[in-house]
Amino acid sequence: MAATDALFGIHGQALAIQSRRMELIASNLANADTPGFQARDLDFREVLAQAGQTGAGTAGLDTAALKYRVVAQPSTDGNTVDVQTEQAQYAEAALRYQASLGFLDGRIKSMLTALTGQ
Amino acid sequence: MSSFRIFDIAGSALSAQSVRLNTVASNLANADAVSGDAEAVYKARMPVFKAVSAPGEVGASVQVLGVVESTTPADRRHEPGNPLADAEGYVYAPNVNVVEEMVNMISSARSYQSSIEVMNTAKDLALRTLTLGK
Repeated sequence: MAATDALFGIHGQALAIQSRRMELIASNLANADTPGFQARDLDFREVLAQAGQTGAGTAGLDTAALKYRVVAQPSTDGNTVDVQTEQAQYAEAALRYQASLGFLDGRIKSMLTALTGQ
Repeated sequence: MSSFRIFDIAGSALSAQSVRLNTVASNLANADAVSGDAEAVYKARMPVFKAVSAPGEVGASVQVLGVVESTTPADRRHEPGNPLADAEGYVYAPNVNVVEEMVNMISSARSYQSSIEVMNTAKDLALRTLTLGK
């Protein structure tokens, strides 16, 4: 599937990437009390461009695309998870996921209207 | 669908935090259980967390490696009237720091709540994805 699908645009891939991102942030939150754990995230723009070039979708998302979060407040146990930041990022990823869902939904509905002629 | 990995990850955090809450409950319950033997007295317990990720997976879940006992020496008190006292009249109180345990309790309850929120959001989005186009 190309990055710019004729019918759905980038939204099919955007959904997959945002859901990956939510998975990453969920693991940051899960490990908020694990000593030495370093919070990670991915760069949406970069991953989307990569997926567009290879045409492989997001299945081939390798760990090299992941970035470590910049530490705002260092802790003595080496953990770099800031729960507030992660919660905000999770909410943002969820919102963007919903936005893509909305676009897809509208697209499907208009196609159905065109097909049924009603 | 990869979004179901979120439930594994958040679920692992829930069980890890509940182990932590269990050790807090155990430490607080036994905070005053004195003994006549410094070795036999209850020692504060705490879980050890570790991040584990399957090869090829981007997310990491959390695992409880085990529960370790604190090595802080037991508190020695002179209480000759206590029936548990040793030959010299000393009893040994557990090395449980009650303030520390309360802080641990609040911290684990907060982490538990945030994992529940993560799961709820993921569930709502998965449900909305299932009803796409309806």
